[in-house]
Amino acid sequence: MTAPATTHETSVDLRQVEQFLYREARYADEHDYDAWEALWTDDALYWVPAGAPEGDPVQQMSVISDNRSRIATRLKQLRTGKRYAQSPPSHLRRIVSNVEILDDEGGEPGDLTVGANFVLVESRERGNEMWAGRTTYRLRLVDGQLRLAYKKVVLVDHDRALPTLSFLI
Amino acid sequence: MTATLPETAHEQTDKPDRYARLIQPTRVHGSLYTDPEIFAEELERIWYRTWVYVGHVSEVPEPGDYVRKNIGPQDVVMTRDRDGEVHLLLNRCAHRGNLVCDAPSGNSNSFRCPYHGWTYRNNGDLLGYPYNKGYGGKGKLALGLGRVPRVASHQGFVFGSFAPGGPTLAEHLGAAAGELDRLARLSPEGEVELTAGWLKHRTRANWKLLAENETDGYHPQFVHGSIFSVTGSPIGALYSDNSTAVTRDLGGGHSENDLRPEFRHFAEPMRWFGTTEDRVPQYVARMRELHGPAAEEILIEGSPHVMIFPNLFIAEIQLFVIQPLSVGECVQHSTAVQFKGAPELNRRMVSQCVGSVGPAGMLLADDTEMYERNQRGVALREPEWLDIRRGVERERTDDNGFRIGTATDETGMRGFWSHYRSLMEADK
Repeated sequence: MTAPATTHETSVDLRQVEQFLYREARYADEHDYDAWEALWTDDALYWVPAGAPEGDPVQQMSVISDNRSRIATRLKQLRTGKRYAQSPPSHLRRIVSNVEILDDEGGEPGDLTVGANFVLVESRERGNEMWAGRTTYRLRLVDGQLRLAYKKVVLVDHDRALPTLSFLI
Repeated sequence: MTATLPETAHEQTDKPDRYARLIQPTRVHGSLYTDPEIFAEELERIWYRTWVYVGHVSEVPEPGDYVRKNIGPQDVVMTRDRDGEVHLLLNRCAHRGNLVCDAPSGNSNSFRCPYHGWTYRNNGDLLGYPYNKGYGGKGKLALGLGRVPRVASHQGFVFGSFAPGGPTLAEHLGAAAGELDRLARLSPEGEVELTAGWLKHRTRANWKLLAENETDGYHPQFVHGSIFSVTGSPIGALYSDNSTAVTRDLGGGHSENDLRPEFRHFAEPMRWFGTTEDRVPQYVARMRELHGPAAEEILIEGSPHVMIFPNLFIAEIQLFVIQPLSVGECVQHSTAVQFKGAPELNRRMVSQCVGSVGPAGMLLADDTEMYERNQRGVALREPEWLDIRRGVERERTDDNGFRIGTATDETGMRGFWSHYRSLMEADK
């Protein structure tokens, strides 16, 4: 492993990582937009690919491809209360599991890459939807606190027609 | 009038005036969106008869290229053969009806059915079948893949018709062809490309709620007020009560929101794309080099906002294809328009489009929420009708003989229903 990752191995253990992922998941489930937004770094990428999961978020269509500025716009729209696709909001609960610290050198030096699976149930008047997929996170220690620099969600249904995805996945 | 109506549309199935009763000049009946029998008739009389948009030639640029497409629930493979001709083949083996193509796209000169190994050339011809003695030898069977019998294109947009005869594509498109021309002329090389990949949005609503909404200039301020307000978008003003934009019935069920009067008023190149020319200097320079003084009009007027009956919608930089699956379900396929020779603009169009359309789009997720609520609403018993009278009293005929209304009038919907009715009432 590279030196920065080794540094992380000594400074961040799996338990801390899991606690961070669970907290991020809870903020998303409970539509705690302020707390969720505060997790992100300024160079954030929140990405849900469509079609080929290894596609290019710049040249190809994605379900979501938000930089930090667009994350802010998305959340501002939700906070208006008139984002009708999420007003009334979906009831959500997700399980995040199979958490692994991965050997990946993407992102900034020292970023920690973490993989996990999730299953999520969404309930709204339209009916219930089950969402599932694989999430890759890049976490960064900033002033002793873990922050989120990158979150890529590859849905198991990424190449199928998806229902509206207006909550935070 | 309500008292004289039958309880459900089913009871009038065999009555020749059924559609005249359900589709009136300023209102349409709720059962048109909910009755499975009407949906079955639509498949036969619209989707499997008239010209339907299927794909774009840029999706199969090389000989051997293929891509899975659809006409309503029909699974269609668009191929390009070794001579460069584009075919629309049905994904069904002539032997036992199995699917012969399972990949979403690729390059192959033949398709091999996995079930018994029959193979087909990419023009649909049967190439061979294993253990051929069981059929009396090679080349004994006059079979092939099913084909969409008529295939034609305009500006690279490929349409198919299951009817062996009838109006030509040019007759079907009519004035809408000019809107595709207006889109293509924004490319420095005169060509649109649909190469950015597709989002597929499952929608629990009847396809007509989508088609009607595409040029409904009444809804944006309300449905999209949340995103307009947080981004300070000028789009809302284009569809306000004071807008000089017009809604035009282009005939043939096609309609547009013609925003050019607003853009001409501001006379700012690239305003139609929500930007300024200094943000896309290479593109603007190339267009001026190519068109000379005529470039100003092109760069000011921008891209069309047009619904081409029954399933192709172009909203400036976004392109949508409506695929009906059942009376209450459809899929919206969406992508970013790309212009050949305009990489600088193309990247921005993908970025803007990803933010706006698809399942998580800051515009389309809300439209889709409306479609799905609307589908539940129209199933309720009263007041039975949907009102489409907005602007009927102030509608007028433009210099070219088209009916036009203001930016927020339901002129496009009335044109849609008039054409729909003529197709549904046509002799079988």
